[in-house]
Amino acid sequence: MRLRVALFITCFNDTLFPQTGRAVVTLLERLGCEVDFPEAQTCCGQMHTNTGYRERGLTLARRFERVFADADVVVSPSASCVAYLRENGMGLDGRLAELTEFLVDRLGVEDVGATFPHKVTLHPTCHSVRLMGIGDRPRRLLEHVRGIDLIELDDAAECCGFGGTFAVKNADTSMAMLSDKLRDVLSSGAEVCTAADNSCLLHIGGALRRQRAGVRVMHLAEILAAT
Amino acid sequence: MSKTGFPAAARMELADTQMRRNVGKATSTIRARRAARVAEVPDWEALRDAGSAIKARAMATLPEQLERLETSVTRAGGHVHWARDAGECNSIVGGIVAGHGAREVIKVKSLATDEIGLNDALAEQGIEAIETDLAELINQLGHDTSSHILVPAIHRNRAEIKLLFERTIARGQDLGWDITAIAEAARRHLREKFLSVPVATSGANFAVAETGTIGVVESEGNGRMCLTLPQVLITVMGIEKVLPEWRDLEVFVQLLPRSATGERMNPYTSLWTGVHAGDGPQEFHLVLLDNGRTDVLADDVGRQALHCIRCSACLNSCPVYSRVGGHAYESVYPGPIGAILTPQLRGLENAPTLPWASSLCGACYEVCPVKIDIPSVLLHLRGRVVREYKTGHSPEALAMEAVGRVFGSQRLYERAQKLARLGRGPIVTAALPGWSAMRGLPEIPEQSFREWWRARPPRSAGGDGPVP
Repeated sequence: MRLRVALFITCFNDTLFPQTGRAVVTLLERLGCEVDFPEAQTCCGQMHTNTGYRERGLTLARRFERVFADADVVVSPSASCVAYLRENGMGLDGRLAELTEFLVDRLGVEDVGATFPHKVTLHPTCHSVRLMGIGDRPRRLLEHVRGIDLIELDDAAECCGFGGTFAVKNADTSMAMLSDKLRDVLSSGAEVCTAADNSCLLHIGGALRRQRAGVRVMHLAEILAAT
Repeated sequence: MSKTGFPAAARMELADTQMRRNVGKATSTIRARRAARVAEVPDWEALRDAGSAIKARAMATLPEQLERLETSVTRAGGHVHWARDAGECNSIVGGIVAGHGAREVIKVKSLATDEIGLNDALAEQGIEAIETDLAELINQLGHDTSSHILVPAIHRNRAEIKLLFERTIARGQDLGWDITAIAEAARRHLREKFLSVPVATSGANFAVAETGTIGVVESEGNGRMCLTLPQVLITVMGIEKVLPEWRDLEVFVQLLPRSATGERMNPYTSLWTGVHAGDGPQEFHLVLLDNGRTDVLADDVGRQALHCIRCSACLNSCPVYSRVGGHAYESVYPGPIGAILTPQLRGLENAPTLPWASSLCGACYEVCPVKIDIPSVLLHLRGRVVREYKTGHSPEALAMEAVGRVFGSQRLYERAQKLARLGRGPIVTAALPGWSAMRGLPEIPEQSFREWWRARPPRSAGGDGPVP
């Protein structure tokens, strides 16, 4: 019996990072899951809630709950959205899992059969570590990737300065935080900076591209899907 | 001081590269020291729970605890005063000082007296308040303001302080570059004051309702001088500092030094109960200060800000504070705790940008010794600002409303995705302003995930095993 998994891609990934969604599908199917994508899904409401528009945000969270009401397991490649939904009691009674949680805890897999012969550094992301508590699951998954050269990031747990609308409302402060994160990413010598969340990577990747630094950002799922 | 709001104030501060270096270096040093000292304590999490519970109890029974405190202090020979706001508090303190004909007072470092602007109020009466905490003295001599709860001159480095002293208390001397010699100049200046000024003021870290004992912890011993040498001692204390029982102190003298300076215990922990004939100040006044605190208590989410024991661990851990420094918060309470305390004490309309002065990274909550959930309070206050003070017609509110409607419908959402690809529509309008030159905007991919999903050849249903 294959495990049926409903994918909550998040509006952010759906629109801006479709390659992450494709990688999650490839990865889960390779691990024997049957992936379903309920097309009524949109946004979980995190942006509204975090910007002070809580009622609207929670209306969207309740919409998320309705869309996924019948799913056995819901997997999402965004620690931030999952953490927000759980914090607000919309975690589908434990059926909602962040991708690395699902792989390590539910499937019991750390070696997903990936090959990625590159120098990679991991940005743990604040919401993954502090809000979600996914701990070292991303690292454990990466350590099993064949050919990977995993490089420590200095001050890894430090925020990159994205923070959703913080990056816009306090752009100067956000930039100051980002420039320190960039310094650490660049001095690591990695070719790829990865994370379990694309929101930080939008921010970090935007600056890397602007600097023509030659360092790419990739969601963890894309590395785990690579063979 | 005119207030510009956090984003503009932060922009100004960020331009001060020397300050950024000073604050960055100091905060990372203290952060590492705190982490090491906390790691030594096997029951740290239980201590945090205890600290949080004691504070919650104190706040839930505040009127009762304050009356107990008043009774205990009075019984021990002290005088208790109640001050509704800054003005009342300053006139009570000013009256006591004037009653003794003093022209100078020496001060133990105190945030409460900074909050009410006591020094300026006394100056208007012709009374000079002399700061005795080294960092407060540095700020006073430099006509500067505090930028950190515990290390008020954290934005200054050794060279700046040496030059300042040579312009003021050590005029005409060359102090050299040795820290001991520079500090010695302050020591000589202050020693004279300790021995001659008859009135001291202080704040309080704790006040025990059961016994009437007041506590101040510090590193330098200058506070101890002020608490023991003058004849008259006036303590100004925010009403939230009360602890119900003597035994509660045990928890906080463990939590505070490790969280604050990364020390196992404070070099000086001074505790006093009323007055004792022939020993220490012979007249003791305790002024209980409200100044907005009961309003904070009325907010069932925001009230946990009153649990703060002023350790500064949240400042030192905050990626925002450690970049912008304390002045950007335009308050004596900077950093994450300031971002939730200042708007509540002053009224949200007087500090409406502070609840957004955070990336919600959660580092503050992780280190808080009394487990104040700062990110949740920030979100709560953001919601209050939006509901209570933003009109529904602000550009942001309109954009959020429009995007909210779009996300409420699959059809509108999919249409908006297509528009975004053309650089138009509600998603782009909401996200674009402020996304500055340093970060390139991502190209919006030609095909959304859902379009790829629909275009994908159908999977074979059923069957086990991996799909190639």
